[in-house]
Amino acid sequence: MIQLENISKIYRMGKVEVSALNGITLNIKQGEMVAIIGASGSGKSTLMNILGFLDKPTVGNYIFMGADTSRLNDDKLAEMRNKKIGFVFQEYNLLSRASAVSNVELPLVYDGSGNKRKRAMEALERVGLAARATHKPTELSGGEQQRVAIARALVNSPDVILADEPTGNLDSVSTNQIISVFRKLHAEGITVVLITHEMDVATLTQRIIRLLDGKIISDEQVAQKPPA
Amino acid sequence: MKFIEFFKIAIRSLLSNKLRSVLTMLGMIIGVGSVIVLMSVGAGLQNMITSTFEGLGSNLLFVSSSNPDAPGFAGMSPGFATDSITMDDAEAMRDIRSVIAVNPTNENFVKIIAGNESTTSVIEGTTPEFQQIYDFTMASGQFISEVNIARRDMVVVLGSKTAEDLFGSDEAVGQHVKMRDKRFTVIGVLESRGMSSFGFSWDEMVITPITTYQARLFSQTTPSGEDAVQSIVVQVASAEVLNEVTEDIETLLRKRHHIDEGADNDFSVTGLEQLMGTFETITLALTVFLGLIGGISLLVGSIGIMNIMLVSVTERTREIGLRKAIGAKRRDILTQFLLEAAVLSLAGGAIGLIGAWLIAQGISLIDLGGFTINAVVSPLIVMVAVLVSVIIGLASGIYPAMRAARLNPIDALHYG
Repeated sequence: MIQLENISKIYRMGKVEVSALNGITLNIKQGEMVAIIGASGSGKSTLMNILGFLDKPTVGNYIFMGADTSRLNDDKLAEMRNKKIGFVFQEYNLLSRASAVSNVELPLVYDGSGNKRKRAMEALERVGLAARATHKPTELSGGEQQRVAIARALVNSPDVILADEPTGNLDSVSTNQIISVFRKLHAEGITVVLITHEMDVATLTQRIIRLLDGKIISDEQVAQKPPA
Repeated sequence: MKFIEFFKIAIRSLLSNKLRSVLTMLGMIIGVGSVIVLMSVGAGLQNMITSTFEGLGSNLLFVSSSNPDAPGFAGMSPGFATDSITMDDAEAMRDIRSVIAVNPTNENFVKIIAGNESTTSVIEGTTPEFQQIYDFTMASGQFISEVNIARRDMVVVLGSKTAEDLFGSDEAVGQHVKMRDKRFTVIGVLESRGMSSFGFSWDEMVITPITTYQARLFSQTTPSGEDAVQSIVVQVASAEVLNEVTEDIETLLRKRHHIDEGADNDFSVTGLEQLMGTFETITLALTVFLGLIGGISLLVGSIGIMNIMLVSVTERTREIGLRKAIGAKRRDILTQFLLEAAVLSLAGGAIGLIGAWLIAQGISLIDLGGFTINAVVSPLIVMVAVLVSVIIGLASGIYPAMRAARLNPIDALHYG
């Protein structure tokens, strides 16, 4: 479903060119659950930005569901983010003034579709937070906030969920909860890409891709383990 | 529809910071309010002047001295003009064809005393035609007569308010008043007429024969030593002959004043329409000037909105980043912030409009010494105010909104 062909990303900082990604070729199949790990500066955030249509590669082609997306304009990329991708961030990025369910509705505002409240409630149910729909983020624990963020990522029925250090700010109990939510979504057939630097988290996926200095240094399947 | 969603978002975001929103709107409220109040006062002044002139009839000509080197506004005899017109000039005008009445008048402020009471009024040294031209009726007694003029009688006719100030409810006719240490007999009191314009009330007036005025009260002479006349009102048969009579008067006076061919007049002859035009120009300039003063506060208000919107964009950088990450296009972000600015400015404008309407009502009630300004908030002014608020909202919102729309979602998400 996701095909990266020889992707490079070069940033210009003044006169210096910094190469964040260097010839990445990668295939992720529909329904896979993949972890991308690497130290900071390894290029994993850049890779996630490109996978999530937040950024364009300098070189190479990104084939998403059979279509080359490397040359799409900003509006088309926004549409792809809206319809195909669900983002989960380390800092949750919820709107503090809005209730949980309003936060979940947010992506639906931009595709102009109806039934917002109902769909948002369904998404909250899938992460087990329907009972807290009217709470504001400040009234929720970190783990609950992240589940609201996952519901927001789910609400538009995306093909891929991209999670950038989703457990980075959470304790181990909440981390396990979040990971089990991802595993459940994976079991329902959604493709999940986790970006993390925690090995414990990565080993709960099916496949681990290691990055170093903008290159893939290993790509291996994980032996199936029971859920943690 | 997306637009409605964005509108809701804008309202919610403004409500979430109520104090700030209100303070920002205050700039617009004061700006729009002051523009409307000032413009409606200007419009009220204009209406007042127009209606005053309309009451006078259109077959009058005004002759006064003027300075040929510095003519000033048409019809308003500038203080620095040399007195050039005499009673003989006025007499000579009576012979011009189509002239019905000639009314020379001198005026000044004077203190008049009756017993223990005293008041200050305008004194008109004039002729019997004054009553005819301005259409006065007598409450009691009679108006000054040709005989009074000829004999320079020490008689006065009082305006109703002046009579009341001096004599209360007592009969004024037959009593005596003192002006400049001289004793005058009251021979008549005018019917009340109400206000005129510019704070001048027809009811606070003292009328005396022009000859008495010149000889006993205020001496005013031409350079050659003759008694001077400040202004002459000439009534003509109809408005159609105004131009013709104007020319005849000019020819007559140039001859009488020995003005060489090609030299400028030392007097001016002005029709009512011209006079009205002059006043309209003045009040229009005044209205525009007042509007500009209001406009400055409006400008300050709009800078306030821009300032707050810029702060808001910076504060909400992460929110913008998130919205972009989940699919907001540039246009969406732009619309959202523009709407916020427009709502602020429109709401401020609407409150300012209501406030201004109330103030205008209040102003119309104030008695400015015998006259009031009917400050009108016309539909045109309302439309202009609404339009201006929208334009200001968009103008002051566009730059902050563009900054928001241009934010790179990756940087914005990790901001702060």
